Amino acid sequence: MVIVWNDPINLMSYVTFVFQKLFGYSKSKAEKLMLDVHQKGKAVVSNGPREKAELDVFRLHEHGLWATMQHDE
Amino acid sequence: MSKRLRRTRKGAIKVDLPPEERELLRSVVGEMRAVLADGDDPALDRLYPVAYPKDEQREAEWKALIRSELSDHHAAALAVLEETAGAESIDDEQANAWLRALNQVRLLLGTRLDVTEDGSERPTTDDDPRGASFALYDYLAFLQDQLVDALA
Repeated sequence: MVIVWNDPINLMSYVTFVFQKLFGYSKSKAEKLMLDVHQKGKAVVSNGPREKAELDVFRLHEHGLWATMQHDE
Repeated sequence: MSKRLRRTRKGAIKVDLPPEERELLRSVVGEMRAVLADGDDPALDRLYPVAYPKDEQREAEWKALIRSELSDHHAAALAVLEETAGAESIDDEQANAWLRALNQVRLLLGTRLDVTEDGSERPTTDDDPRGASFALYDYLAFLQDQLVDALA
């Protein structure tokens, strides 16, 4: 799964925008994920096989978000 | 400050920047590119985050595979901002590149300035030498927010 971590630099509006753009999420789903990141420190933003997770992480890094991946537990 | 970037009825994104701000963006791109090319600024780590924090071997493979490609993508966004810093309007693809380029610079500056969410690191006096960097950091956020609005 792909996890995005909170950071003090990325704007809340920008993070929401990136989730909508990369994953096709609705504005409300993207906002909820952004708030989870902001308030809880992290959120799982996508799931899937390793190849997909790596592509997602690459695109998140390309947009400057702090994303990591790990096997589902 | 008045609005610098907004969607027009014809669909393009209008760039309403005074010449000195256009020049500022070009110079910021130049500096960012130099830092990227140089590659050894510790603040750059924020532009190449760890992907596999719990798996050293995979992380090493990831870095070997991805780092130069990610670097190319960062540089490509900067190139678009530089080429269109003087434009009257930009399209959505260019606006997306602007967003990523502005964000790179904010990540670098914010890391160097050790910004926090509560803002406790902010200068409290006018003669603080970090004042100009904070002003630039905030200005880039101001533009980024408007671009997000325009693209939404």
